[in-house]
Order: sequence, then C-alpha cells, then structure tokens
Amino acid sequence: MLIYTIKRVLAALPVLGIVVVFVFLLVRLAPGDPATILAGDYATPENIQKIRTGLGLDRPIHVQFAIYTGNLLRGDLGKSLHSQMPVGQLILQRIEPTVALALSTLAFAVLLAIPLGILAAWKAGSLLDRAVMVFAVGGFSIPIFWLGFLLIYVFSIRLDLLPVQGYVSFREGLLPFVKHLILPTVALGMVYMALLARITRATVLEVLQSDYIRTAFAKGVPSRGVLFRHALKNAAVPVVTTIGVGFALLIGGVVITESVFALPGLGRLTVDAILQRDYSIIQGITLIFAFSYALVNLVVDLSYSLFDPRIRY
Amino acid sequence: MSGRTVTRLLAVALVAALAAWGGVASAQTVRAVMHAEVKFLDPHSTTADITQVHGYMVYDTLFSLDAKGQPQPQMVDTFQISPDKLTYAFTLRDGLKWHDGKPVRAADAVASIKRWAVKDAAGQKVMARAASLDATGEKTFVLKLKEPYGLTIRALAKEYSYVPFIIPERQAVQDASKPFEGEIVGSGPFMFAQKEWVPGAKTVYLKFADYVPRKEPASFYAGGKKANVDRVEFVVIPDQSTAVAALEKGEVDYVQRPHMDQWPLLRKNANIAMYRSDVSQMQIHPNHLNPPFDNVKARQALMAMVNQEEYLRAIAGDPENFRICHSMTGCAGWLETDAGADLLKKQDFEKAKQLMAEAGYKGEKIVVMAPSDFAPINAASLTTAAMLRKIGVNVDLQVVDWGTLVSRRGVKEPPSKNPGGYHIFHTFSGAAAVKDPWGHANISTACDKAWFGWPCSPRATKALNDLGQLAPGTDAFKKGLTEYHSALMENVTYVPLGEFFQMSAYRKDRLSGIPETPHTVFWNLVKK
Repeated sequence: MLIYTIKRVLAALPVLGIVVVFVFLLVRLAPGDPATILAGDYATPENIQKIRTGLGLDRPIHVQFAIYTGNLLRGDLGKSLHSQMPVGQLILQRIEPTVALALSTLAFAVLLAIPLGILAAWKAGSLLDRAVMVFAVGGFSIPIFWLGFLLIYVFSIRLDLLPVQGYVSFREGLLPFVKHLILPTVALGMVYMALLARITRATVLEVLQSDYIRTAFAKGVPSRGVLFRHALKNAAVPVVTTIGVGFALLIGGVVITESVFALPGLGRLTVDAILQRDYSIIQGITLIFAFSYALVNLVVDLSYSLFDPRIRY
Repeated sequence: MSGRTVTRLLAVALVAALAAWGGVASAQTVRAVMHAEVKFLDPHSTTADITQVHGYMVYDTLFSLDAKGQPQPQMVDTFQISPDKLTYAFTLRDGLKWHDGKPVRAADAVASIKRWAVKDAAGQKVMARAASLDATGEKTFVLKLKEPYGLTIRALAKEYSYVPFIIPERQAVQDASKPFEGEIVGSGPFMFAQKEWVPGAKTVYLKFADYVPRKEPASFYAGGKKANVDRVEFVVIPDQSTAVAALEKGEVDYVQRPHMDQWPLLRKNANIAMYRSDVSQMQIHPNHLNPPFDNVKARQALMAMVNQEEYLRAIAGDPENFRICHSMTGCAGWLETDAGADLLKKQDFEKAKQLMAEAGYKGEKIVVMAPSDFAPINAASLTTAAMLRKIGVNVDLQVVDWGTLVSRRGVKEPPSKNPGGYHIFHTFSGAAAVKDPWGHANISTACDKAWFGWPCSPRATKALNDLGQLAPGTDAFKKGLTEYHSALMENVTYVPLGEFFQMSAYRKDRLSGIPETPHTVFWNLVKK
C-alpha cells in the first residue's frame, strides 16, 4: 500500500503543475486589472499606471510566471496584491471555518443519508421509500442560498433560536461554535445528503437483489444479519466513491454558504479575490483546493480495501 | 474564622466577581457592517471610500471641513498667510501623539503632504505652485508658493478621494505608487488592531486613550473627535439580506448603505433608525475619443434623450429617494447652477435623433457596458440602452462585472480596433466630489490628462482655473460659475442623471449621536 500511495502522490504532482500553469494564465487572460480596482474610482489613468508598475504587473507575462514559480518552489505563495499580507497567512486565517463547515456537513450528510438510503432500499416501494426519494429530489432542487435565507428567517428571526451569521471558533466555546454552524451545515448538507441517499438506495437495492443475498436468506440468516454482514459491506465502495467525488460539490457549495451566512472561510476569500482580481490569492487557493481534492480521492481509494477484501494495493 | 467573617469574604468575592464581569461587559463595542471591506491600509494608496473611512478612524488631518463646508484647523493649532498670499506658516497643536507614544512632528506632516500630492488632483495643483515645503521646527512647517492659490487650505481639508491624512514620516517617504510597508501607526482617535485583522472577515479599531480632541464642538469632520466607545468592529457580511437580518436581530449595531430593496423592511422595525448618509450623482460617460461621441452633437443627443426621473426611478425607486438635478456641480450646495442645461431639462427624442444624424451616425454598434454586480450603475446602464434604442441607435449592451468595467474603461481605442473598447459607461460620484470640481477627477476636461472618456474643453479648464481665484459668494464668482457650467454643458463632459440618496441604518436602542458624514466615522457617537 505504501508503494501505491507514493505512486499516487507522485502522479498528483503533474496535475498540480498543470493547475499552476492553467490558473496563472486564466486569471491574466480574464478581463480586469487589479491595479484599476486597487486605485479606486476617482483615480486617474496615470495613477493606475504607477500602481501597475509598483506591483510588477507591467512586466512580460513569462517574467511574472518565472517569479511566481520560483517563489512557489520555495514554498512562498506570494502576497495579496491588495492587503499585502502573505497568501499563506490569509489561507491559514480562513481555513478553520471552511474545514469546520465541510466536516460538519460531511458528518450531517453521511449520518443521515446513508441510514435513509438503506431504509429506502430495504423497504423499496413502500411509503417510506417514496418519502425518502421525495426528500432527495427536494434536496437537489432547492438552491442553497434560498434554503439559507429560509432557515435564517425561521430559526433566527422568527424563533430566535440560532444566530443569523458569523463564525465562532471552537476555542472560544463549544456551544457558540455549534450554534453558528447548525444553519450553514443544514443549508449546505441538503444537496449532499440528497446525492448520498439516492446513491446508497440504488447501490443497496442492487446488492440486495444479488444471488449471494438470496442464498443467505435461503440459509436462514436473519434479515438484520443479511443486511449488516453481507449487503452493506459490498454496497460501501460506490457510496464511499460518491463521498469523494461529492467533495468537489462541497467546495462549490461552501462558496455560496459562506457568503449567505457570512462565514469568513476560504470560499468567500476565493470569491472576493476573483472580484478584486487578486491574482496571488486566486492562484494560492486554487492550488490548495486542487491538492485537497487529490488528497481526498487518494484517501477514498485507499479506503476501498477496508470494505472489499478483494481490493489490495 | 467566624461564620460572619466567611460570609463577608464571600460577599466581597461576589462583588469583585460581579465587578469584573461588569468590566468585561461594559467594554463598549460597536459592531458595524460597512458598504465594503477594508482591504488597503495605506490611506494614500486608493480612492476607495472604505479606505478613507479607515483613514478617518486611525489617522488625523491638518484641516477638516465643518458643516458649512468651511475648512477648520484640526491637527493645526495656528496658521498664518502672508499678505502676498505666497507663504503659509503652520504650527501643530500640543498633545498630538502617534499610537506608539511618539510625538507627531512637522516632518511627518511635510512628508505626508508630499506623498498625498503625488496622486491627488487637488494636492497636485498645490504642489505645482509650491516653491518649497519644509519643516522649520518640531511643530512648525512652511509652504512657499510661486503664485497665489486660493484653494490651498481647502485642498488640505479635502474629505474624499485621496484625503490628506498625516502618516509617520518613515512611511510617507516610501514610493507612493504602491502601499507603504510597516505597521499601521496613526495619531487619530482609534488604533488599528493589526493582530485582530482578518481581511474579508473583520477589522477592529480600539480607542486611543491618549488622543487629545480639539475643544471646539464637533461639526461634520471638524471640531473635537471624542472616542466614546472602546472598540469598533467592522464585520464583513457580504449578503445584504443577511446584514439586515443581523441588524434586526441585534447581532450588529450599524449597517452602512444597505440596498434600497431592504429599506422598507428596516423602516418597519421600531428599534432601527435610518438617516441620509450620502447623496450621489449618477453620470453617463461617453468616450470622447471615438466616433460618434468624438462629435459634440452625438454627446448632445445623449443629453436630449435623457429624462432624469426615469433614470432615478430605475436607480432609487420612490421619489423620496432621489432629486432631479441639472447642476453638474451638485444641487443644494455652494456651486449649484443650471446654466447651459436647457437640453438636459426636456426629453426630446426627435431632437436626439436629429443630433445623432448630424454627428454622422449611420447605425454602427454602440457598446454600452453594464455591470450586473453593481445595482445602481447597472440600472442606469440598462436605462441608457433602452433610451438609445428609442432614438434608433444600434446598441451592443455588454454585461460585465464591475472589476472588468473599471479596467476596460481605460481602453482608448474603439471597439472595432480593440475588443475591450467601449462607447459608454456609467458611474456615480458622492456629493463631496461633485461639489469640488478642482479635485473631482470625473469632471476634468484636461483632454489626454482627463479622467476616463477623456473630455477636452480648454474653455471649461480655463473657466475652472479662473473660478478658483475668485471669492465665493461674490458676483464675480457667480459669473465665473455660470461660465464654467455653461462650458461643461456645451462640451457634454458627461451627462448628469440626477442625484439619489444613500441611507444607512442603526439600532436606535443602542446608538446615538452618529456623525452624519459621508464616510461614517465612529467618534462622538454614544453606545447606550
């Protein structure tokens, strides 16, 4: 497994290299100029040119790329063109809310979606099954921002149970930390939960119709034993794969959720950087997201062997 | 130890604990959602409003404008102008300190003015006439001019665009083309809490206990600046609905310039008050360099097609939120005039069509940029597109984001030669800028050196320079103003679309005494 892991990590390096080149070119080819935004609305063209020169944006693109990659190889993600703070420091400042939201969403979705999917498959065709499917379709169809505002209106404004916005670190108290995460987690988790519930139902249903399950029943194994000892283990691989693939979905959703609930995370940092054309931050965060995505999928691949003894690395 | 002693000790401990608890709770904090987040800490680096707000919190100015629009000394104690009006001698007042405890020196002021004047239009006009600007002592400095300039003190009191904040000399001497390096150390009523700053999330200011306010009562930006609260937090809530919900629930105390759609909701809440925090003038800016708008008749056609009320309803909704204004130099101010504005006063599509034909327009595509992420400007852009279509113009409405628009508006070439080129963009200016044509970049008519759109009118440029030498309120001044405004209207430097109001909202059960300045400043307000 160690050799496989090393091979996968090495295979990820060219991918990250392509991401570096692609994002570097993309942000510079896109319309918009950080110097004009930095200068403000009343700035004259002369002042904008001075700022552009000061930031080194008037240099040829290959020179800018050489400087960027040189810094990157030394582990330096650069400085924000606007705040002048190191990108690494900005990411560290903002990573906690995003990780907290991603983990709570993952936990919320997995803990609810998998039992619901299993129940729906176990009771296929029943009222319960239909209810779960309606719920899943709803989860897919409701936009995150709409659900977010609805939750704020009901639980914060009307019932006064939870805060409207913001983030409190777990270091400042577990209760406020949890209270601030509940609504964003539910808003972001619905779509993820819908996806997982549907996949779990379909996979378990397929496994339950297999010959070996029928054999187990014929041998007199109790229903609970058939489900937990034989069916679920074999259904786990596609579900775990979906969790990994859904990570990209989660990153996209985080951007919207963090804006609606004013969570100071990486999603909002990304949006702000794009709107402000802050090249260094866009490049740094994209690299971090690409790395995280590669890492999550590696972990997912490695976890297959836990569920399916036939898979060995 | 008797039981009574134990009881007394417990009582003392309880009182101490309660006092300590009360101490923490009484640390007064104002939580505010501003219209934008603080991104740039060098107040000379950008004209962004939010950076100027940050500047007013942390730094101080030599002079400030009062409620009557008159410059009043702020950091300056006394100043003398020589009879020939060529020498200005300034003395800083006692007790001025930087947040690191060191005294503010005249050398800091001199270096700051020089740095500010590199970029600011009003500062450039002063320094273009300056023979020297030197510190003559720890607290004294002298400005010597080559020719008299009546707007010198007004320039030093400027309250928008680049405000002449005084920063430490070690930062003022750095290259003005990029933000200065080093810690943020000001001498204003609040200190910037560097360690608590999370860009995009929170900016924190702490009361500077050693700040010595002026003794005069506060008036607009002038007079005594007293920090009555211990801490001000600018909380970033990017979504307007969420910000308003947070204000309703009391999670924040103040929301600067909430979107107009949110006003009815805010007005219904008995705990929330709203006030007019700024007035803005919307403008159509044609590109004067390219056909058809290189021809003045085509620009006049834009004026003829405009009905300000239609624009303002699209931008600001109810009539109580806007006012018709045909003065390019602002209404309800010292430069209000409608001289030469006849074409703008009455919408006339036939006249506009005729003017476009006379300008040689033959149905070419006219690129109008509309920033979909900037609601008031987008509304004005869409209205212009509709009006242009009504006068038979072939409109290419290009929907962009604001970041793209501000970079594309610097493209001089026509769209046929450069895909980034354009014919028309819109923007707006605050009341302070509109009422100061000497410093307001948008209204410059200096041809190649003018603002985007590059209007060129030697007549208007001369009239503005002449006006600067005249005493306000005199007949000569009024005549000069008429000449200047007529020249602007004749040239159609831009098309003014009237003025709309920007409101801000706060919890009236918690805050009082908010200074009604365009840049919300947090001195002198009281938290209940």
